[in-house]
Amino acid sequence: MNNTIIIGSGPAGLTAAVTCAENGVDVVVIDEYMIAGGRLLGQLYEEPNGSWWNGIKESTTLYEKAINLGVKFHFNTAVNNIEQSNGLWVVYTEKDTFYTSNLLLATGAAESPVPVPGWTLPGVMSVGAAQVMTNVQRVKPGERGVIIGVNVLSAVIAMELQLAGVEIACLTLPKRNRITMKAGDPRKVLDSLLHVSHMAPSPFVRYGSKLMKNDFMKKLGVNFYPKKGVKMWDIPIQLRKAVTKIYGEDEVEGVTLATINADGEVVSGSEEHIPVDFVCIAGGLYPLAELAAVAGCPFYLVEELGGYVPLHNERMETPLEGLYVAGNITGIEGAKVAAAQGTTAGLSMAHRSGIKGLDNTINDSIKMTEQTRNSAPIQFHPEIEVGRKKILQQWEAYQSTKRESICY
Amino acid sequence: MTRRILDHPILGKIEDKNYVSFTFNHKVYKGLENESLAAALLANGIRTLRHHEESGSPRGFYCNIGHCYECRVSVDGQQGIRACLTPLKEGMIAESSGQLQTSSKEDGGLENE
Repeated sequence: MNNTIIIGSGPAGLTAAVTCAENGVDVVVIDEYMIAGGRLLGQLYEEPNGSWWNGIKESTTLYEKAINLGVKFHFNTAVNNIEQSNGLWVVYTEKDTFYTSNLLLATGAAESPVPVPGWTLPGVMSVGAAQVMTNVQRVKPGERGVIIGVNVLSAVIAMELQLAGVEIACLTLPKRNRITMKAGDPRKVLDSLLHVSHMAPSPFVRYGSKLMKNDFMKKLGVNFYPKKGVKMWDIPIQLRKAVTKIYGEDEVEGVTLATINADGEVVSGSEEHIPVDFVCIAGGLYPLAELAAVAGCPFYLVEELGGYVPLHNERMETPLEGLYVAGNITGIEGAKVAAAQGTTAGLSMAHRSGIKGLDNTINDSIKMTEQTRNSAPIQFHPEIEVGRKKILQQWEAYQSTKRESICY
Repeated sequence: MTRRILDHPILGKIEDKNYVSFTFNHKVYKGLENESLAAALLANGIRTLRHHEESGSPRGFYCNIGHCYECRVSVDGQQGIRACLTPLKEGMIAESSGQLQTSSKEDGGLENE
């Protein structure tokens, strides 16, 4: 029997664990990966002040802090199911079954696949996979690759791969089809890139070439769809080309790249072969929320948050007694926002455990999350605040329906 | 040819360099202790981890963090283990699974069972 169990040891889970432990609450953290950090591990970018955000260092610091506070960790342990029974949460893993009063789901996000012909060949991987291989496992995903899918995440990871000595032939689009939809439409992609340009994300424009400065976004805007593409850290970004096929006998040997028109349709006869030994697919992130679903938590589709998210309030409570959520399971945002949410979730669980006098601290923590969100250098969705409001409105609606049904 | 990033301009040098031996499909390889099995194999130039149970097409790791199950292999006799989540140990024995025999539908195969 445990007081608090946290599933996921990423920025949200680790921060929540530290917060609980600091308030004298016993915590167990479960994660299926080998080490703590989650998606934070792979992160590596330059801050606006010129210092480097090193995800491995951040993870290690948080992990060691948690260990020193007596938090217990179970790594390499996948959770298969959770259920509520006699006022407790039962957590079923591959190894043991755990029982707890408070349960935090900090399971993070998963990458959306973008099916491209040939994508099952060995050597094709999600862009996050290449990031983990390079920065965490320290093995090159290949010598030369192409990234299919142009978005904030893929642009940052392209820079990280180049930093490690991996050549990126180009970032480009998938051929438009029923499934790739927006990701294959140059107008939509350009739109989404211009949405982030007002934040002038410095990791985009600072690193590498001094010539770039803000020119990258300017060029995009001024030369609407430049035919040769634009370069970022010397990596060509092609919005006028798309991969029609990944080819190779037993492994990736190259991609077929074709010119596309402004609507994303292939110009016939424009196909060329680009030899590469790996391909990254960047379809963006969505909240990884299966455990909230099996628990019976209500869900809402909020596009601005990246997909279906479990209903929750600003205190990170779900409508299910003792079940909490924090981090990307609540919507796709950066690690710093996830950590801020983790603090709030940790405080909320400590409060429910009977620790007195936390109300003001919880309110401060909610405000801090907003501040962190507003000052984030990179936002995955430009309308994130709209999404946050939507889910809170759903929470209010849900609570008032519940009150009405009690009255009857 | 080395695929390892032994030195990195920001992350620095790899500190733990304890090489261990393991076997994959009956061949002996070396890898770093506690790195993922998928990483150890990739560092040895191996991308194909299994062949699809039905089509027999080659497959490698895809998501690298345990979500997609594309990298499943057998490890020390246990089937369906995700290579991307498995820390490499001395003497580990890994094998890829291959195409499975399926009874055809005309013979009243799986659908009628």
